[in-house]
Amino acid sequence: MTTTTPTVTAVAVTDTVPVAPRRRRRSRSRRSTPLTIAMLAALAYFLLPLFWLLIASTKSTQDLFNSFGLWFSDAPQLLANIKATFTQDDGVFVHWLLNTVMYAVVSSVGAALLAAAAGYGFAKFRFRGDRFGFNLVLGAVMVPTTALAIPTYLLFAEAGLVNTPWAIILPSLVNPFGLYLMRVYAQDAVPDSILEAARIDGAGEARIFFTIALRLLAPGLVTVLLFTLVATWNNYFLPLIMLNDPDLYPITVGLSSWAAQAQNGGAGASSDMLALVVTGSLISILPLVVAFLLLQRYWQSGLAAGGVKQ
Amino acid sequence: MGATTAAPAKGKRRAAGPLFVAPFMVLFLLLFLAPLGYAAYLSLFQERLIGGTAFVGLDNYVKAVQDPLLIHGVGRVALFFVIQVPVMLLLALLFALALDSGLLRLARVIRLGIFVPYAVPSVVAALMWGYLYGPDFGPFAQLSRNLDLPVPGFLSEGWMLGSLANIVTWEFVGYNMIILYAALRTIPHELYEAAAMDGAGAWRIAWSVKLPALKPALLLTLLFSVIGSFQLFNEPNLLMKVAPDVISSSYTANLYAYSLAFTGQQVNYAATVSFLLGLVIVIASYAVLLTANRRRTP
Repeated sequence: MTTTTPTVTAVAVTDTVPVAPRRRRRSRSRRSTPLTIAMLAALAYFLLPLFWLLIASTKSTQDLFNSFGLWFSDAPQLLANIKATFTQDDGVFVHWLLNTVMYAVVSSVGAALLAAAAGYGFAKFRFRGDRFGFNLVLGAVMVPTTALAIPTYLLFAEAGLVNTPWAIILPSLVNPFGLYLMRVYAQDAVPDSILEAARIDGAGEARIFFTIALRLLAPGLVTVLLFTLVATWNNYFLPLIMLNDPDLYPITVGLSSWAAQAQNGGAGASSDMLALVVTGSLISILPLVVAFLLLQRYWQSGLAAGGVKQ
Repeated sequence: MGATTAAPAKGKRRAAGPLFVAPFMVLFLLLFLAPLGYAAYLSLFQERLIGGTAFVGLDNYVKAVQDPLLIHGVGRVALFFVIQVPVMLLLALLFALALDSGLLRLARVIRLGIFVPYAVPSVVAALMWGYLYGPDFGPFAQLSRNLDLPVPGFLSEGWMLGSLANIVTWEFVGYNMIILYAALRTIPHELYEAAAMDGAGAWRIAWSVKLPALKPALLLTLLFSVIGSFQLFNEPNLLMKVAPDVISSSYTANLYAYSLAFTGQQVNYAATVSFLLGLVIVIASYAVLLTANRRRTP
């Protein structure tokens, strides 16, 4: 393991921090136009599908076929599409959206707290088997979650947990990489001297954790929370195998079921489905894109901590 | 650490430590180790038409390693890994170096814009690209028809793996770029100044100073990519609906395990395939780690 602290890396990625002002001044005078143009071309590739999605969600299914994909049609109807998306099948899309929010929030808050407590425990206490326990979890970082999903399904089927919200939430609560990150983080962010001082003042261990350590761990906690949030929000495989009641679907499985209907329906009764899939897709990505833009500082520092540590 | 800790406090510490660790570890045992153990147990049995479920030892594994569908599935994701991961990591590395060079205008906009696809669920990414690739209203098909060119067959047999690779690349270049960029920002500046004083240009500095310093971060991105590639499922599962003739139910190893469990109802064999797939990924990850470490030592 390298010894760079996450706090250092966290600071280093934000633009506002004065990173060697001398370099800044020098670099401003030699900005490269060809390199900027090349990178803008790359940026266009990454934004193209999203631009297409934005345009497509203003079109009726018919206009999707009859007008050029990368520009608006003569009769934009974004609001009508949004309304249709929310009212289709008695508003099942709203269910999916709320389910996704519920699964993602409960899982990420739970996973972050569990990882924080365990990371703190492993970092600041010595007890029998601590090294073995930590290494066991560390080894599990390599076990792929989807290879685990079918075994989990088989086990949950025995326990009668299939087709309940628990089937999505419980597996998302255990985040081995999150535990690893929190342990590394707790090592440096929670000084032993503060813990000792609190103990001498007679504070109990639980109180020390909740009132002192948790506050010091906050940046690491938010990182684990945000990444579990994204992982659960975007999860498809697990809910696909665990759930068969459409009212329990998260948005990913719901959209894919609509997409299958649109594909099978052809020009028949469900020919309007295509516009709904497109508009629903746009609506489903907005919350996360906005969250990422607003919480830049946190996720960038989190990725930094994960990337620098070995 | 903790050498100066007073003796009475230490006794207390030993008692509290396991309590902090316990909730995570209990769930870890129940939700990580128990499913693996249960799958391993199930994989030792077989459902027979007569006589119900029978213990068959390692028969399922013998069958699996000779199963052409599974071998093709694993082979396909291995090929996918060999094609897609180098392209993705090279792009991520180039972008990170460009962002770090200080030569870019609009660096912040570019950085965020390239990262945004990571926030898009892979389901939506696959749906979007599926429609973009499509021969009916995909803009590429529309453009080629207007120009009287042949419509590109993104969803045809020959192109499919490349089309899938493009979706995954689109999703994850930005994520890997941010990891590498963050690692670049931690390199002490004195190193660049020393190199510049020795007469090294920007390219030389990138090659001799930045790349070696990026090794741990590159290794991490590589490991995540191994794990991601071998469990490829979402993208082929969604494109399957657009191109059912090209993507079969055993197109990737993970799709195969899924269809065994849920379409074929072959629970024991599905458990075997899942277990083997997990094993392949763990072995591949360790192979990557070992190769990287061996190269570092001599």
